[in-house]
Amino acid sequence: MAVLARASANEIDTLLTKHGSVPSHTILRGPEGGLVMVRGRAGGGGSAFNLGDMTVTRCTVRTESGFVGHAYVAGRETRRAELAALVDALMQDPDRAADLEVRVIAPLAAVQARHAAERAAKAAATRVQFFAMQTMRT
Amino acid sequence: MTLSAGFTNPVADAQACFRSVLDAMARPGRIHTITGIVAPAPLCEATAAVLLTLADHETPLWLDSSTKAARDWIAFHTGAAIVPADRSTFGVALALPDLAGFPNGTDEMPETAATIIVQVDSLEAGQRFVLAGPGLREPAILAVTGLPPDFAALWQRNHALFPRGIDLILCAGVRLTALPRSVSIKDA
Amino acid sequence: MAYVAIKGGEQAIDNAHAWLAEERRGDTATPALSVSQIQEQLGRSVDRVMAEGSLYDRELAALAIKQAQGDLIEAAFLLRAYRTTLPRFAHSVAVETGSMRIERRVSAIFKDLPGGQVLGPTYDYTHRLLDFSLLGDETVAPETETAAGHVGTMPRVPDILGHEGLLEADAPSSREPGDLTREPLTFPAERDVRLQALARGDEGFLLGLGYSTQRGYGGSHPFAGEIRMGEVSVEIEPAELGFDIDIGDLIMTECQMVNQFKGSKTVPPQFTRGYGLVFGFGERKAMAMALVDRAMRAAELGEDVTAPAQNVEFVLYHSDNIEATGFVEHLKLPHYVDFQSELQNVRRMRKEAAE
Repeated sequence: MAVLARASANEIDTLLTKHGSVPSHTILRGPEGGLVMVRGRAGGGGSAFNLGDMTVTRCTVRTESGFVGHAYVAGRETRRAELAALVDALMQDPDRAADLEVRVIAPLAAVQARHAAERAAKAAATRVQFFAMQTMRT
Repeated sequence: MTLSAGFTNPVADAQACFRSVLDAMARPGRIHTITGIVAPAPLCEATAAVLLTLADHETPLWLDSSTKAARDWIAFHTGAAIVPADRSTFGVALALPDLAGFPNGTDEMPETAATIIVQVDSLEAGQRFVLAGPGLREPAILAVTGLPPDFAALWQRNHALFPRGIDLILCAGVRLTALPRSVSIKDA
Repeated sequence: MAYVAIKGGEQAIDNAHAWLAEERRGDTATPALSVSQIQEQLGRSVDRVMAEGSLYDRELAALAIKQAQGDLIEAAFLLRAYRTTLPRFAHSVAVETGSMRIERRVSAIFKDLPGGQVLGPTYDYTHRLLDFSLLGDETVAPETETAAGHVGTMPRVPDILGHEGLLEADAPSSREPGDLTREPLTFPAERDVRLQALARGDEGFLLGLGYSTQRGYGGSHPFAGEIRMGEVSVEIEPAELGFDIDIGDLIMTECQMVNQFKGSKTVPPQFTRGYGLVFGFGERKAMAMALVDRAMRAAELGEDVTAPAQNVEFVLYHSDNIEATGFVEHLKLPHYVDFQSELQNVRRMRKEAAE
């Protein structure tokens, strides 16, 4: 779910439909927009407080074979929530889980990891090296 | 877990149901009809619709044990926490519960009292009651099957607490009506 | 005495709104501003509107900024109003800022702390000279420098310093926190409610208050123990699942202010902390919040309450810019009858004085 929540609807759609059309499914709830109240902790580790709301879209679907999948994803993109719920439902099926892991989840995770690594490398380039101070001391 | 959908058109159906509840509260005893929902057993259509319309993640809910079969459906569609009666905002029961067990508000904050959705057998025939009070120019007659025989006396104790007190929503099949705490009830 | 309802002015209002729409668009010879341009290129405005509007949604914040012609308080107001139309699905598990994917992290109290000082995309060390190259549609060098060294998650300064017992420890509790969006503010306000109010409070107001504590009004001798910005993942536990799921990332800024504390009858001398946490890249706001949070803890720590920033009622009643703007701006609404009665009073008093 962490991977699906960070992928765009188009990315999920493209990977899911590489070998055919989007599997048919019935919608049990949503996709509908709402809020999640984000909590923090006083001091970072103390008692909880309410920081503010974020927009969230949720959806629940049932596949033809009866598997139910849920999705809650940040933002207001309804198609993404529906596709994430569908992938979640399809992955409940032990016969399909491994295949979806390879075909959909792994490629999405790889893209996200690459993006995170790029940001981390840029941050690393702004890390201060205090070599001048050390030189002065000798 | 076997789950079924809620309202057919979540926004329009919930708005229509809300309007019905609002009007039933404003004109006690008036009967409204609900559409657009397939209810999970043992709930009737009106009970299920009122629940989906009023309850959510922030309204703690009390369920009487006879509604057990619908518990998953209720948790899924409303997201409400299931709590003991004395901490509930809404209650759902298939028979009139002891009203004393629910929060009835305070004089400063009467709105913190619980609203109980009671599913009865019929709102068309049965024991007849005379309703009087705000929203009723003339006393109205309400016929109900499924309330205890001494309901009028039980109710008057609740009514006497005004502005505190419990509000009831009665549901039978696709029909619903409401008995706000402000209404006075006598046997007809 | 009843209110007198006055009708009229509808045509004037319609025309005013039409003119407003025209003014918002400006000269049509200039291309229209898209919401995605605001989202991408006015990120700090978006961050501020999300923090004060108390709703994390970059696109909606950008839309509000466009609609409000860049009036950020008006934009925050629009976001707050929109927020009230949405149902709340859940409360998140408290975010773990220790697992933040760091984009900026500095400490003013330790030079060589684990993870190091990471400047990130900061305005610090810029020369504050207007850059005239931005007058044109300049192209930015596509790739900033990257380094092989990894910046991922880093321990928080209190976790590093806490072991010696010289720094006040966090006091976790399982109490359900208060929520200003559901229950009105009451006093005494606990720290959970105070932090919520500060997080959505006006940046300018908190900045002024924070500054006042540094200048001696409730002096608490602060150090910026740590400031960190980056992505934090949010988890919720939906009732139908019964376990936590990760629903995405938010950008946040956290500030730990460290203040010297003389000690009290029960607590030995040590460093206490003020805390700031805000949506988006909001370093100035997070620092001001941490200063004011610490100032408002004066009574709890047995210090004298003398300065405005230490007065919890004063701070919390006036930090919300939506409430403030509502009450200040309502003065422009018709007060014809009130003023007539005041006028009569003044005339009578003058007459009496003259007699």
